[in-house]
Amino acid sequence: MLIEVKVPQLSESIAEATLVSWHKNVGDAVARDENLIDIETDKVVLELPAPSAGVLVEVLKGNGDSVISGELIARIDTEAKASAGASASATTAAPAAKAEAKVAPAKAAAAPANAGPAARKALAEKGIDAATVAGTGPGGRVTKADVLGTAAAPKAAAPAPSAPRAVPPAPTFAAALPQPAVVDTDALLADRPEQRVPMSRLRSRVAERLIQSQSQNAILTTFNEVNMAPVMELRKKYQDKFEKEHGVKLGFMSFFVKAAVAALKKFPILNASVDGSDIVYHGYFDIGIAVGSPRGLVVPIIRDADQLSLAQIEKKIAEFGAKAKDGKLSLEELTGGTFSISNGGVFGSMLSTPIINPPQSAILGIHATKERPVVENGQIVIRPINYLAMSYDHRIIDGREAVLGLVTMKEALEDPARLLLDI
Amino acid sequence: MANKQFDVVVIGGGPGGYVAAIRAAQLGYAVACIESAAYADPKGEVRLGGTCLNVGCIPSKALLRSSELYAEADHAFEMHGISVSDLKVDVATMMRRKDNIVTQLTGGIRGLFKKNKVTLLSGRGSFVGRESELWQIAVAGKEVSEVVEARHVIVATGSVPRQLPGIPVDNDTICDNVGALALGAIPQRLGVIGAGVIGLELGSVWKRLGADVTILEAMPDFLAAADPAVAKEARKILTQKQGLKLNLGVKITGVKQGKKGVTVDYEMGDEVLKLECDKLIVSVGRVPSTQGLNAEAVGLKIDGRGCVEVDEHCLTNLENVWAIGDVVRGPMLAHKASEEGVMVAELIAGQAGHVNYDAIPWVIYTHPEIAWVGKTETQLKNDGVEYRVGQVPFLANGRALGQGDASGFVRILACAQTDRVLGVHIIGANASELIAEAVTAIEFGAVSEDIARICHAHPTLSEVMHEAALAVDKRALHF
Repeated sequence: MLIEVKVPQLSESIAEATLVSWHKNVGDAVARDENLIDIETDKVVLELPAPSAGVLVEVLKGNGDSVISGELIARIDTEAKASAGASASATTAAPAAKAEAKVAPAKAAAAPANAGPAARKALAEKGIDAATVAGTGPGGRVTKADVLGTAAAPKAAAPAPSAPRAVPPAPTFAAALPQPAVVDTDALLADRPEQRVPMSRLRSRVAERLIQSQSQNAILTTFNEVNMAPVMELRKKYQDKFEKEHGVKLGFMSFFVKAAVAALKKFPILNASVDGSDIVYHGYFDIGIAVGSPRGLVVPIIRDADQLSLAQIEKKIAEFGAKAKDGKLSLEELTGGTFSISNGGVFGSMLSTPIINPPQSAILGIHATKERPVVENGQIVIRPINYLAMSYDHRIIDGREAVLGLVTMKEALEDPARLLLDI
Repeated sequence: MANKQFDVVVIGGGPGGYVAAIRAAQLGYAVACIESAAYADPKGEVRLGGTCLNVGCIPSKALLRSSELYAEADHAFEMHGISVSDLKVDVATMMRRKDNIVTQLTGGIRGLFKKNKVTLLSGRGSFVGRESELWQIAVAGKEVSEVVEARHVIVATGSVPRQLPGIPVDNDTICDNVGALALGAIPQRLGVIGAGVIGLELGSVWKRLGADVTILEAMPDFLAAADPAVAKEARKILTQKQGLKLNLGVKITGVKQGKKGVTVDYEMGDEVLKLECDKLIVSVGRVPSTQGLNAEAVGLKIDGRGCVEVDEHCLTNLENVWAIGDVVRGPMLAHKASEEGVMVAELIAGQAGHVNYDAIPWVIYTHPEIAWVGKTETQLKNDGVEYRVGQVPFLANGRALGQGDASGFVRILACAQTDRVLGVHIIGANASELIAEAVTAIEFGAVSEDIARICHAHPTLSEVMHEAALAVDKRALHF
């Protein structure tokens, strides 16, 4: 029996996805739930498990093709046998040849002009790769309208302030993160050539959101410095016991999350968002943590961070890190959030001004902890210092709340006992 | 007085230059086009349109039609039951008609210049130098000379007939394309050296009007650039049916001009032969025209074949100096020059520009016409590409039979794996018009099945294209 393989229902806010890489070729046997292909949306890379065991007999969409929810991309024959060399059955061999031809067409046909002259000009002018455009012409041919539609998309998609409950891949250290497409630096150095690589869907989404945030928010950043010695001492003292008890290392991040939650509780406006002409205060604390991934920056959300213990937070962060690395973060884990923390310190940053993730109104930037001379009681002493930066939307957050909020975080970190006592 | 300044100055007003000028003007630039007196009218007024309009495509097609009508009246009317007696040709009238068409069209370009506010500068354009981003171009006119300045220069100086050593062209007895289009009478015996496009077309014209035409060609293969199947068919029709004498692999050893005509001595294999003729057409190709451009003065690079060196975007080695058409690499075709002109104008305007050299149609206006686009079978074999062939003769087409002209065929070459149309070769009546569909198909990356699935009107010659596409998949319906 032939089973159709379709793109799963993507979320409402996602129109399209890109097929990243087929793990199976036509003619391969697949087990039920085996990963067939990775699908990249502008938020996440999904794995598509085989709906049933059998042989992949037909692949309708190749790597790089754009697809929409529910689109048919392949067929699995539950009764066919896998092709093994010469013993390949006719049913599997024929499509195999067809698929090969598609991937590696004969020499003369190598430059696939799957777009007419006008569309090709528009593609060239906008620097768009035809492969990234979903063609609506016969045989998926890219038309001029398709190209212009694509080019206009960021504008059209710029959501009303209320729309983007969804996730903003966060911002600040984007440039330092691994780029999705590999640029051949040797070639670049050799003869001053230029290399054009299409933005991944994730990257173009990041770009779109960053610009949106900067144009829609009145972003201002307040700074402070934190003496990290007390947290470091606490960590040193209890690291072994903590790890034994909870099976996860005690990091700094959980302290920052807790300190942030303490400040958000004290100044609820920092945890609020703008919806049209309303301010929406959130009675929960969902903290987004920016995590680098091979495909770019993603921001998974620690939900109800106020109700989690330090150990639970550390576990969550470790889990997100591993999932981001494998591209397995779910849409659910990337959606929502009321406040974000961005850690440029892991790359050695000493100071930065993070960009807010709309519709959130504030974001904390933490940095590298370095020993610095500071003055305490009239004496110059050396302390491990972390500079904190909090960007906030000045439209709804006054300087007073922002500064006091950041001071609250500083005080909590310099005296962690406050976190216990809620002061 | 300060020099006149323009955004773009085009040197040469042929199909490359005048199109580039108009397109640049459309894009909002101040444009001048420099044209010399090469094709000036009897009053000395500059004529635009270059070789194509003045002494190439257009006049030859005018004569082609005249000669075809005569030939039909002479041979073909009879089978329609129409008899003609006392059939005569008045060459002078024929030439006047041709000249009127040329005048009308070249004047039309002047009108287009006015409409688009392109300044026409009469004179020979040459490089002077460059000062602060502005190229200086001298315009040497008949009476006045001036220097104009422009940010961008487009060299579109075209080509001139190749001269053979020892064969002095006087355009009376020994002619190049110019003289061959203006013969005052029908020669009894016409010799043609070179079986290229020009030689075949003009040889055909005078053959139809009654001349005894012998063509001598140095190459051993006939129409080497065309698909071999088409070349073979063309040779058969032109020589066996129409009586053109065609000698290939010929070595010319001498040309002697006597009182009453020309004697061409030549060798073919081991044979030493002689051709006596009243007029001789020398059509052994064309060479880029860069003389008088003063390229050395500014260091404009010219390659070994005399072409202005350009990259894929027609940019020369000099900043903001472009070159298009016959004066650069690629086929010497008017429509290729025009395409390049548009590309360059758009590149200057910061747009994307690209000429798809794989989708430039070739046409030879013999009868039947020959037209093709894309790869020939020879090229595909050399490239190691697997292909399928669909070939259908016009003999299977009702319209062709009705017209009494059913020679030739349409031949489609498509990729064996992807079915993509790689080449389309036509020999037959109206091949020049029929090829347009194939060019569109190739530009859009169509597969042969696309053509097969497109509805073609009946009864038309275009149905043969449709059938040929079906034939690629071995499912022709009418053949």
